[in-house]
Amino acid sequence: MKFDTPATTNPIDRLKVVGKPVDRIDGPLKTTGTAPYAYERHDVAPDHAYGYVVGSSIAKGRIVAIDTSKARRAPGVLAVVTAQNAGKLGKGNFNTARLLGGPDIEHYHQAVAVVVAETFEQARSAAQLVHVDYARAKGTFDLASAKGSATKPKDGKPDTAVGDFDKAFAASAVTLDATYTTPDQSHAMMEPHATIAAWEGDRLTLWTANQMVDWSRGDVAKTLGIPKENVRLVSPYIGGGFGGKLFVRADAIMAALGARAAGRPVAVALQRPLMMNNTTHRPATIQRIRIGTSKEGKIDAIAHESWSGDLPGGGPETAVSQTRLLYAGPNRMTAMRLAVLDLPEGNAMRAPGEAPGMMALEIAIDEIAEKVGMDPVEFRVLNDTQVDPENPKRPFSQRRFVECMRTGAKKFGWERRAARPGSVREGRWLKGLGVASAFRNNLVMKSAARVRLERSGRLVVETDMTDIGTGSYTIIGQTAAEMLGLPLDRVDVRLGDSSFPVSAGSGGQWGGNSSTAGVYAACVKLREAIAQKLGVDANTAVFDGGDVVANDRRVPLTKAVAGGDIVAEDGMEYGDLDERYQQSTFGAHFVEVRVDAATGEIRIDRMLAVCAAGRILNPKSARSQVIGAMTMGVGAALMEELVVDKRLGFFVNHDLALYEVPVHADIPHQEVVFLDETDPISSPMKAKGVGELGICGVAAAVANAVYNATGVRVRDYPVTLDKFLDKLPPV
Amino acid sequence: MRPFTYERAESPQAAAAAAAKTPNARFIAGGTNLLDLMKIDIEQPAHLIDVNGLDLARIEGTDDGGVRIGALVRNTDLAADARIRRDYPLLSRALLAGASGQLRNKATTAGNLLQRTRCPYFYDTNQACNKRLPGSGCAALGGFSRSHAVVGGSKACIAVHPSDMAVAMRALDATVETVKPDGSVRRIPIADFHTLPGNTPHIENVLTKGELITAVTLPKPIGGHQLYHKVRDRASYAFALVSVALVVQANGSGRVALGGVAHKPWRVEAADAELPKGAKAVAARLLAGAQTTDDNAFKLTLVERTLAATLAEAKERTA
Ligand SMILES: Cc1cc2nc3c(=O)[nH]c(=O)nc-3n(C[C@H](O)[C@H](O)[C@H](O)COP(=O)(O)OP(=O)(O)OC[C@H]3O[C@@H](n4cnc5c(N)ncnc54)[C@H](O)[C@@H]3O)c2cc1C
Ligand code: SF4
Repeated sequence: MKFDTPATTNPIDRLKVVGKPVDRIDGPLKTTGTAPYAYERHDVAPDHAYGYVVGSSIAKGRIVAIDTSKARRAPGVLAVVTAQNAGKLGKGNFNTARLLGGPDIEHYHQAVAVVVAETFEQARSAAQLVHVDYARAKGTFDLASAKGSATKPKDGKPDTAVGDFDKAFAASAVTLDATYTTPDQSHAMMEPHATIAAWEGDRLTLWTANQMVDWSRGDVAKTLGIPKENVRLVSPYIGGGFGGKLFVRADAIMAALGARAAGRPVAVALQRPLMMNNTTHRPATIQRIRIGTSKEGKIDAIAHESWSGDLPGGGPETAVSQTRLLYAGPNRMTAMRLAVLDLPEGNAMRAPGEAPGMMALEIAIDEIAEKVGMDPVEFRVLNDTQVDPENPKRPFSQRRFVECMRTGAKKFGWERRAARPGSVREGRWLKGLGVASAFRNNLVMKSAARVRLERSGRLVVETDMTDIGTGSYTIIGQTAAEMLGLPLDRVDVRLGDSSFPVSAGSGGQWGGNSSTAGVYAACVKLREAIAQKLGVDANTAVFDGGDVVANDRRVPLTKAVAGGDIVAEDGMEYGDLDERYQQSTFGAHFVEVRVDAATGEIRIDRMLAVCAAGRILNPKSARSQVIGAMTMGVGAALMEELVVDKRLGFFVNHDLALYEVPVHADIPHQEVVFLDETDPISSPMKAKGVGELGICGVAAAVANAVYNATGVRVRDYPVTLDKFLDKLPPV
Repeated sequence: MRPFTYERAESPQAAAAAAAKTPNARFIAGGTNLLDLMKIDIEQPAHLIDVNGLDLARIEGTDDGGVRIGALVRNTDLAADARIRRDYPLLSRALLAGASGQLRNKATTAGNLLQRTRCPYFYDTNQACNKRLPGSGCAALGGFSRSHAVVGGSKACIAVHPSDMAVAMRALDATVETVKPDGSVRRIPIADFHTLPGNTPHIENVLTKGELITAVTLPKPIGGHQLYHKVRDRASYAFALVSVALVVQANGSGRVALGGVAHKPWRVEAADAELPKGAKAVAARLLAGAQTTDDNAFKLTLVERTLAATLAEAKERTA
């Protein structure tokens, strides 16, 4: 099915199941510990052995010699695989560095060996006996000093310009020119990257934790040099990904190689201290923002430049993308530059581009609003645009950004914010309020599904879509139930298996809308088949309460399947609506913080997000997405930083004791409001994404609140007390 | 983790004797530190002596009006004990500021005193670390050292001792009681118990081979306002950037000890005398001769400000 004209009324609009805050259908499995995650699939491979990955101890250089003899002789060891005996390996389309290093080493903790043994403990113990001699090479590890060598990336759209920025900026009544930095960050999801691999002849099955089943199936095949059809990838439950599991990682490849060498299935989970340097991370950025406005606060000129680094062949962090779209202004420019760094591979993490971009842009807006002498909410409202500011002929499909700001300001009690920073004190605490816009583009991706109405009257949905804790199972079930007029408990949803039709997968907040649109398409086909069986017109028939209602007659659905199951398969593809219209999601974040006047410790008091993101398919799971994202935003604001050792070239704080993330005590009160809206340009579901919108802008709202509380502006994330302690008033 | 043998100790002395005669043996109490370090190959004991069955989990009065805390008293039980809360609230507060509920349920008094540093390079066996591998160098010097020591460090090591409990014990003049393999007992003032890194950062205390901690005693209660102020990057459990243990009497005299600044709980008795003069004077004494890095220089300011806030709070309570 092709979606190339705006949606009109369709069966989803009945909203009998869709749009209801139903509980997650996978919830009971997860809360009782019975949802089988990849590493726990002892049922499918009861005889599996364990693999333990050895990571490189240098950041860049070469393996001179590798001695595995001691490890091989250790108790229980079945095999040791290194680049020397792994056979020829390719590299996946989505990988920058190779997943098995040697002789060349591209980054710290790049896998150099996997030790396979009968037990996990034996594998781990023997892994200590693998002896590697390295020749270290000089590397570049510091973005700030490599900035000068950064070049224009070849792909994508690194630069944009409209009007004459320099001239307009020079002539502006009020100007801001400030530089912000965001650090490298780790996804730090609960479930480590984990895989069980089993070979049957030349066919490989991987039970793994992966957000993009089809991409990764292809990359496994490409890396191992086998046909894609010979790979089955199964990923029905994923304990968080945040972009860290978009791609095939060392767990999958090392498990496959280990299983081949040992002649039996092998399970590999990356040990936590390896994850931060072995897998991908969100790259650090240096961002310069210049804004020029009239005396009244209208933006005349806006420029956003961003520098980031990656391994050779990698890409930039697209931190300027939101600045191309968020605020009006006739003269504008954006630019991205990429330096070569020999740190681990940078890649997507929840809202790549916008998340770090908004961290900088939304402090800049707070700063310029203050310079103009305007309330930051009013400043944002004044500079709203209903069209793509770089291409004013292109309208937004929906843009209720101002309503988000206004609704939030009212609900949060924004009028109580003291405009003069550092002026509210309660006991030992300095108190402050902060605001930021939320903005994230809405992407649509081709997605297919198979639906089967069984004789029993149950409806089965199959698609290789993944549920990374987001609620995909539930919204897909709701979509299918709505389309067939069934209660949700008559629908079975099966996900995450490459033997199912190829879906959009989970990433870029496209999964919810795109995968349900694919299910919609398959259900339309199923409805046609059912109608035909029953001899009614599919276009006028109403599917309701388990019946088909047509020509004033109610016929139970089960009648159509009396002779056997009916199966339909289809997918949704998209025309050029996303080119004719700019599709984005919007919101406003409000945060109240308190800062210990003596120690500078920052604590969050309350947070509010107001989101306009199309139809909300399930307010409960959508809210969970947004509060999770807000929590992650607090981490970005206050504590998350992969610290680079600039001499040795690695992330030093590579475990959860040293890479702190916010947990319960850090997040006392969160509220989320969704504006009631539909976006018929996005898909027949009229929905958009929310999972990434929720993080965009949060960190800046926190930073702005800290400024409001203390009067000290910190432009380098995370905002930790050591960066402003000496500027606080005496105790 | 490497293979190891295991035994349950029958008595404190038997435990000590077993530890002395078996090469590379370690006691295991709560295991919350030791097991983590074994899993990542930093601790490599060949033999574990489980002391959990020993009768060392009591809190009882001493003849001089103080209290004896058994080596196996769990941090949770110690913090919640009525006598400790009444007579030594500083200790209770310091304990509750440390780790998480689950960890405190397992962690023991002796294990807490002997927990090892959280220096990230100590935790990464690829890196040079004199504490882990004597003579290999110190990667933290010139590296990431935000959490590291500002006083008492050396060219060989600038790690800090991470315990909260020990800081309170240092302020309260605790004594560590031990039994040696030959059955003799020792009483070690806490001031002398932990050592500075010097050229031997792998040595962290004065315990001799096989010596087992049996108890920690506190002298009779000293009263006053007792406050423990821990500063950290997040509200949920985290190690201290710095911490201040303070006891202030009605007449303004008192005691102060610091956590997060040195290789041991940090107290300079001469600084106590400066308390009536205020935070600046006390901090100057406590941190005299400080050696900082770019990453941790903020701790000097932080100590002084935290001390000032804690003194102000004590004053408020007195008023
Ligand atoms: C995530 C996390 C967060 C933490 N946060 C904090 C914090 O904020 N503040 C804080 O203070 N601590 C913190 N801790 C550390 C915690 O307090 C220690 O792990 C705990 O106190 C150790 O006690 P244990 O009984 O488990 O020791 P074990 O791990 O059993 O032993 C530790 C050491 O002591 C030795 N030992 C044990 N008993 C004896 C004895 N009787 N005589 C001689 N030697 C003995 C062992 O051989 C071993 O070398 C944290 C720990 C973790 C894992
Ligand atoms: S500071 Fe001490 S513990 Fe840390 S690396 Fe240096 S020697 Fe090792």
